[in-house]
Amino acid sequence: MGCGRVGARLAKMLTEGGHEVTIMDIKSSAFSRLGSDFRGTTILGNGIDQEVLKRSGIERADAFVAATQGDNRNIMASQIAKHVFGVTRVVTRIYDPLRSDTFAALGLQAISPTIIGANAFYEQLTGEPAVSVAV
Amino acid sequence: MYAIIAGGGKVGFFLARELIEQGHEILIIENNAERAEIIANELGNVVLRGNADEASTLAEAGAERADVVIAVTGDDEDNLVLCQVAKRRFGTRRTIARINDPRNESLFRMLGIDATVNATQMMLSVLEQEIPPANLVALLRLRNTDVEVVEAIVDPRSKVTGTALREVDLPPESTIAVVIRDGSAFFPNGATVLEAGDEIVALTRGIHEPRLRSLFFSDRPQQH
Repeated sequence: MGCGRVGARLAKMLTEGGHEVTIMDIKSSAFSRLGSDFRGTTILGNGIDQEVLKRSGIERADAFVAATQGDNRNIMASQIAKHVFGVTRVVTRIYDPLRSDTFAALGLQAISPTIIGANAFYEQLTGEPAVSVAV
Repeated sequence: MYAIIAGGGKVGFFLARELIEQGHEILIIENNAERAEIIANELGNVVLRGNADEASTLAEAGAERADVVIAVTGDDEDNLVLCQVAKRRFGTRRTIARINDPRNESLFRMLGIDATVNATQMMLSVLEQEIPPANLVALLRLRNTDVEVVEAIVDPRSKVTGTALREVDLPPESTIAVVIRDGSAFFPNGATVLEAGDEIVALTRGIHEPRLRSLFFSDRPQQH
């Protein structure tokens, strides 16, 4: 869910690795990021709408990734995937580190680009492993 | 009571005004500076300018001591997550969310939101109550159960017309509670003979509703 830079890149990596991929976005122009040789399926629609998720074939999916720009959209769609459709592997992008903690505690596998990004900068700048801070 | 209202649109504003009038302590979280200023001019120092999406804004608003967090923004995903963060991270006692897509209602309940308000669903119920006979109208569902109170008008072509209630093949777990005929209501017994145009109020489980529906209407399409 979400065909931005991250979503499109991940989708291409997965199809090239031999996986079957369906990618959705609310803007059809986003799919141009996939290039003309993309071997997966594209679906136009909002991933927090259960009908759209069904149309994307979520009922037989092994994994679901929420990678839109909106934390809340990602969190809501991931919870639908997990609790309504019973998808076992659900990974969610959550920028806000506080929200990321909260939903990790609720069982979502969360990736926070904010924490990963800041840590990477810190390590490049200081040559030392990143430290944990409360922000 | 201390209530935090997330979203300073029309719903949030009027809700806040009523609660203040009733003597409650409230705080509105509103992201838009212009909107926040308008509210502050009308209602006084009860606005926190900020993004309710950020967990830190809820902390600043004092979500920990709030009796209730009410999420009334225009986006279901924001209302859901806000209530979940309030509850899980800050231990807010009660959360209420506005819902736009009626299909999200059961999801919100499943995910721990205490109460939801859905304007679309309310409009639909009002409409249904005004729709002529062709439908079995669900008046209400008993709280936290699958038991529904439904209303129907007996179709002249239905097989139950002219039949005593004890002869009517009702679905299981269904009871006809009240019959309204010529404007007056009575409690039927087995000897009551149903007439075309009778309004019946019945109790049933959601799963039996289709069978109940088919009893009171003929299979032929109706025109109105």
